[in-house]
Amino acid sequence: MSEMFIAKGDFPAIIERLMSRYRVYAPVKNGRHYEFAALKEAGAADLGFKNTRMSPKAIFYPQAERMFEYSLAKDDPEVNIVKETPKDFSPQVVLGIRPCDAKAFRLDDANFCSDKFKDPWWAQRRESTTLIGFACNSPSSTCFCTSVNTGPFDTTGLDAMLVDTGDGYALQVITEKGKNVLGILELKPAPAQVAGKVEELKASAEKSVATAFDPPAIAQQGTLDIFNAPIWDEIHFACLNCGTCTFMCPTCWCFDIQDEVQEGTKGDRLRLWDSCMFSLFTFHGSGHNPRSQKVQRVRQRFMHKLKYYQDKYGTGTACVGCGRCVQACPVNIDIRQVGRLMGSGCSCPA
Amino acid sequence: MNNPYLPYPVRIDSVITETEDRNLKTFKFIFLNPEDEEKFKYTAGQFAMLSVAGQGEIPIGIASSPTEKGFIKFTVNKVGRVTTFMHNMKAGDIMGVRGPCGNWYPWDILEGKNLVIIGGGFAFTTLRSSIVYMLNPENRSKYGKIDVVYGARHPGLLLYREELAAWEARDDINMHITVDGTTDPNWKYNVGFVPAITKQKAPSAENSYAIICGPPVMIKFTLPVLTELGFPPERIISSLEMRMKCGIGICGRCNLGTEYVCKDGPVFTLEKLSKLPNEY
Repeated sequence: MSEMFIAKGDFPAIIERLMSRYRVYAPVKNGRHYEFAALKEAGAADLGFKNTRMSPKAIFYPQAERMFEYSLAKDDPEVNIVKETPKDFSPQVVLGIRPCDAKAFRLDDANFCSDKFKDPWWAQRRESTTLIGFACNSPSSTCFCTSVNTGPFDTTGLDAMLVDTGDGYALQVITEKGKNVLGILELKPAPAQVAGKVEELKASAEKSVATAFDPPAIAQQGTLDIFNAPIWDEIHFACLNCGTCTFMCPTCWCFDIQDEVQEGTKGDRLRLWDSCMFSLFTFHGSGHNPRSQKVQRVRQRFMHKLKYYQDKYGTGTACVGCGRCVQACPVNIDIRQVGRLMGSGCSCPA
Repeated sequence: MNNPYLPYPVRIDSVITETEDRNLKTFKFIFLNPEDEEKFKYTAGQFAMLSVAGQGEIPIGIASSPTEKGFIKFTVNKVGRVTTFMHNMKAGDIMGVRGPCGNWYPWDILEGKNLVIIGGGFAFTTLRSSIVYMLNPENRSKYGKIDVVYGARHPGLLLYREELAAWEARDDINMHITVDGTTDPNWKYNVGFVPAITKQKAPSAENSYAIICGPPVMIKFTLPVLTELGFPPERIISSLEMRMKCGIGICGRCNLGTEYVCKDGPVFTLEKLSKLPNEY
């Protein structure tokens, strides 16, 4: 792992060099919030953020995406034949992604790319994207990354990581991919004292993140024991099934597939973010619905994140502790409390 | 990169109305590109996503058998947008098929065993595939006794009536066709619900597996009969239905706990199901 250093004054020029070769996504301030956006000018990038409101998952997996297109014109020799929509998979860089969000994409990879099936759009965008992360010096009160197998300085999902050391950014190169992208920048090695400073920042950031719950305690319990526990009555009560948590979450990947026809003769097959919070999600054509009740849907979301995913892949929870759902839930449902209840093995609400 | 969401184009070769209520039609498809048929190599018990441009996709069990070459068949119940549209399509029209999806009846384990096949209503499609597969001269000797209990509400709702009659005439398969009720004075088969007929015919559980597909109420009342006959949960096999979109275990909606019905199912033993959340 090599360390380099960028003085803050040089940073916009560095972004510009990257932009000359790659499409560069970075946090941009948009009203009261930050969002990841493809930069049009280097100056728009703003690292003065805690985290973006939405997770950056849309960079790999847009909220609405054309999968296929087709002609419905009766006189077209290729009528009704579904064809791939051309897409741009040119190299791109995501600059300033938080370690938790980068780790989330590793967890999502297990879903999109199994041994048997590879989601071609997810896989190609992952392949063509380099993640230059940004360590969290001061995590939010809603963060709990250290409880779920990641952390404010976790480099697991990253190709390189920036650390704000006050007067500049220490830059750790983590993968070959990161090395290749950063190679064009001709950066200077970090001064001797920087490594120590980074260690100090890391220790203090990790210390500031409170322990939320214990994923192994959830893994050890029987699926049906937690599934049938009375805790869900209490947990689901206030939920509005608005789906906000699922849309913001970096590890919520569920989607719908719908056909859309324009002017009667041309159509697209679209992939659209969907949510287990909606009753239509599981609604059969026959009218039967295995998760018709709110309590079943709320239970599905937490069981999937904290229990089923752990059991299926053995790599921890499908939650990285970014805290977005905790911040945004209109009725204050808190996954940290749910995790404690799920792991407690106790049937009484704690 | 191979795109698992992209359907193979197929031409509708024929459409047959199966039932008197006209709610079930069997579609025979021929692949537009002959090499796609080889790519679509399937096993009895699997399903596929049927794709209609401008309408959407639906998961439907494969009714043809892998031993039938040159075409694939699906029997489609008219329930929603895509199926209703399909019921108004005709021979020559172009649509798509994606798959095959999911697992299949465990034919390797079933070798050397007796089979009791129990079906109800229109959930007889992959069972038809299985029966045709087993009765194929190359396969028949691999399996022991075959008993089939198949019921519908009345004779006009039975699928594949000509084939049922042909199977009745054979001596290497015991057919127990039944209807809930009929006014047909010439009806020569059984009258009674599937659980009752299963109990009456009492196929032996000795060295046997049961495969059961049908409406939930039929399954609910047949399972105790099978238990009474001595079938343990690991030798009772069923196939589940779910709302599906991707059909390949990615879109997230058809799970029972850790298992995706589209990829890890739709075929499960009763023993496996008893360990999973019962959200089906």
